[in-house]
Amino acid sequence: MGDLLKVTIDNITVEVPNGTTILQAARLVGGEVAPPAMCYYSKLEGSGGKCRTCLVEVSKGSEKDPRPMPKLVASCRTTVMDGMEVKNITSDRVLDARAGVVEFLLLNHPLDCPICDQAGECHLQDLSYEHGKSGTRYEFQRRTFKKHDLGDYIQLHMTRCILCYRCVFTADQLTKTREHGVLDRGDHAEIATFIEKNLQNDFIGNVIDVCPVGALTDKTFRFKNRVWFTKPVDAHRECTTCCGEVQLWMRGDEVFRVTARKDEWGEVKESTKGGTGWICNTCRFEKKQATDWVIEGPSEVSRHSVIGQGHYVNTVKPKETFTDVMKGLEPRLYMDIHDISEVNKPEVSLSLLDRPAHSTDFGKK
Amino acid sequence: MGVKLLLEKAHVEGIRYYDVYRREGGYRSVEKALKTMSPEAIVEEVKKSGLRGRGGAGFPTGMKWSFIAKPEGVPRHLVCNADESEPGTFKDRYLMEFIPHLLLEGLIVSSFALGSNATYIYIRGEYAWITDILEQAITEAKNAGWLGKNILGTGFDCEIYVQRGAGAYICGEETALIESLEGKRGNPRIKPPFPAIKGVWDRPTVVNNVETLAAVVPIINLGGDEYAKIGVGRSTGTKLISACGNIKKPGVYEIDMTISVEEFIFSDEYCGGMANGKRLKACIPGGSSVPILPANLLLKTAKGETRIMNYESLSDGGFATGSMMGSGGFIVLDEDQCIVKNTYTLARFYRHESCGQCSPCREGTGWMEKILKRLDEGKGSMSDIDLLWDIQRKIEGNTICPLGDAAAWPVAAAIRHFRDEFEWHVLHPERCTTENYGLRHYADPVYVPA
Ligand SMILES: Cc1cc2nc3c(=O)[nH]c(=O)nc-3n(C[C@H](O)[C@H](O)[C@H](O)COP(=O)(O)O)c2cc1C
Ligand code: SF4
Ligand code: SF4
Ligand code: FES
Repeated sequence: MGDLLKVTIDNITVEVPNGTTILQAARLVGGEVAPPAMCYYSKLEGSGGKCRTCLVEVSKGSEKDPRPMPKLVASCRTTVMDGMEVKNITSDRVLDARAGVVEFLLLNHPLDCPICDQAGECHLQDLSYEHGKSGTRYEFQRRTFKKHDLGDYIQLHMTRCILCYRCVFTADQLTKTREHGVLDRGDHAEIATFIEKNLQNDFIGNVIDVCPVGALTDKTFRFKNRVWFTKPVDAHRECTTCCGEVQLWMRGDEVFRVTARKDEWGEVKESTKGGTGWICNTCRFEKKQATDWVIEGPSEVSRHSVIGQGHYVNTVKPKETFTDVMKGLEPRLYMDIHDISEVNKPEVSLSLLDRPAHSTDFGKK
Repeated sequence: MGVKLLLEKAHVEGIRYYDVYRREGGYRSVEKALKTMSPEAIVEEVKKSGLRGRGGAGFPTGMKWSFIAKPEGVPRHLVCNADESEPGTFKDRYLMEFIPHLLLEGLIVSSFALGSNATYIYIRGEYAWITDILEQAITEAKNAGWLGKNILGTGFDCEIYVQRGAGAYICGEETALIESLEGKRGNPRIKPPFPAIKGVWDRPTVVNNVETLAAVVPIINLGGDEYAKIGVGRSTGTKLISACGNIKKPGVYEIDMTISVEEFIFSDEYCGGMANGKRLKACIPGGSSVPILPANLLLKTAKGETRIMNYESLSDGGFATGSMMGSGGFIVLDEDQCIVKNTYTLARFYRHESCGQCSPCREGTGWMEKILKRLDEGKGSMSDIDLLWDIQRKIEGNTICPLGDAAAWPVAAAIRHFRDEFEWHVLHPERCTTENYGLRHYADPVYVPA
């Protein structure tokens, strides 16, 4: 190991090895000091630098060359120098630029969270909550795209995409085929597969896990349940293709969804067998019986998302009641997700999770 | 007549062909450089010449060359940026079309200086016929022994390949160009690493503009010190200016950087004055990306000094009252031109050409375009002007490559200098669609008889 470098971020000093990025160093400090990252993904080579949410101010370049950097820099792609001083939430310039980036990212976003499967675990929801404004200054029609099926298991809602390129890197690096990429450019760019070709590779399902928004969704889970009504448990099985270590999203004894295990930054965790815990399509899409799995126990969801109950402090509940809004009509079923999310309640046993919606309700035509 | 170093022979009959070019003294610099100079000595001459990149940024070329990494056993490459897609810029096209061997000559000397055995010309896709001209010139040069193996018996090998782009402005940005050259999508790379360390196929690479590389020929022939005597201050040598817009004689002019903007626009040697007896309203002096200047700030700086056609003088006053030399695309607007429409046209271009990688540029360019369209059609509001200002401010400096800045600057400058014209559009929603705001207080100080 080489010498450690000292870097100070928002007045907190940490020591990191040479080659560490500002973002990684800030994550060591954690909390609000860690800049939000929508495109960077530590497990994907070449990722980062694009969304610009992680911009920070370098107020001192290094011990040797203390000059500040003139522009804000992308912390995910800028490496630390010894003696560097960085301002994230202590810099008004950063907060101003970041508010701008959030506005840009939401500009053409459909805001269809109520019908989006990602709602509840969406990084864009978090970002907007933490750094955005409640209104938009955009008064034009938002751009639209048709939905596309990328093979049997994955659906692409390009309207929701923030062009972070994570799925492109995933498809490139996990599947070693160049069949998933970006067509066209600018605000008309879109994620596409080579001549509408199905993505059939064994590992392609991982693009769903890396997608920070609801642009890539699991067709075997679409509209089946809201994530905050399901309960994640760690489980594994013997798999010859992948590590077989997953999270099952259950309700009662029913498995609604299978995903890879995620760490506190929303990234796929290291597998206990070494390497990144990417999972194969068979585990993800086909093993939907509880009996397919050895259940280890409830997973800790440490991500600070909607589904982590109590995350959204200080949100004001609207004064109008549903009955007011609906002009006297009683909705058949309504709920406040802040009261109902079951995800982070290990004490609630699975069998108690039964209402308000169960897949059998969906079965009734 | 000013000094001409690049286009002096451009109109000699048949100069496009090797025999005539050679008879007129062509390829002397290759003989001199390869036979009597070391690569380091050439870099030294270029440094002494004070040559600054002609592609837009004006970075000192000799210094750029000295940054190239030289790891043992790794090939290095020189890439000529002939993507020329900036609206208003058409100087490289002229040079390559009329005197292609000058570029090849510069490329061979520069390749020798940088140790590039495989040199690429990345040319704008729409310049299809120029690709043919260059290919033919390369064949001729090769047959005459200036390219290929063991050039002039010196042991130096060099091949030049022409690669056509596919119609994207962004591929003129040097790292997007490199991606495209490698056969990938032309997205700019995130820097560092810079091309001098990791460029084409991760090898050390220098990317230079066509005109920059052509200027190496007179630098070697005259010597760096002599070259540096032409021009003033840090604006040495000659510069090609492509002039267009409402002038009598649009075209490509070679200037030494001592003449005034006024002389350039109004003298018969250059633009020949305003066309149709109109008066000067504004000018974008360095290609569409640089700030627009109203006539009163164009001919004289804010300090009241005469503005000269060179790097320092054009940028005098910073962005508040100055502009930039840029790529030398000189766009002149007369009293009949509408600044709002002009800005909208530029915004449309940048929206269309953004690669879409980073969110401020991808989303911000489209947003600015829509607001400008609304203002142009008389449907805008006063708050739109402030909103535009805020959007451009949030794009500038926050993107991966300078296209974001290039999209922000024209909008910022238009609002800075012509805010009253934008407001007039808001206040006169009907009139602004049928008549023009005109000259108002931007009148040129020079009287031009009708
Ligand atoms: C969006 C964009 C487009 C560009 N287009 C061109 C171009 O067409 N030709 C060019 O020579 N330089 C272009 N440049 C500048 C190049 O990135 C680079 O600075 C230049 O080729 C370096 O050459 P020089 O040092 O000889 O000027 C462009 C830059 C940007 C950001
Ligand atoms: S589909 Fe998702 S992962 Fe892919 S670029 Fe869009 S937002 Fe990123
Ligand atoms: S600034 Fe624009 S053109 Fe440049 S990398 Fe970003 S999106 Fe692409
Ligand atoms: S996370 Fe750094 S730019 Fe997106």
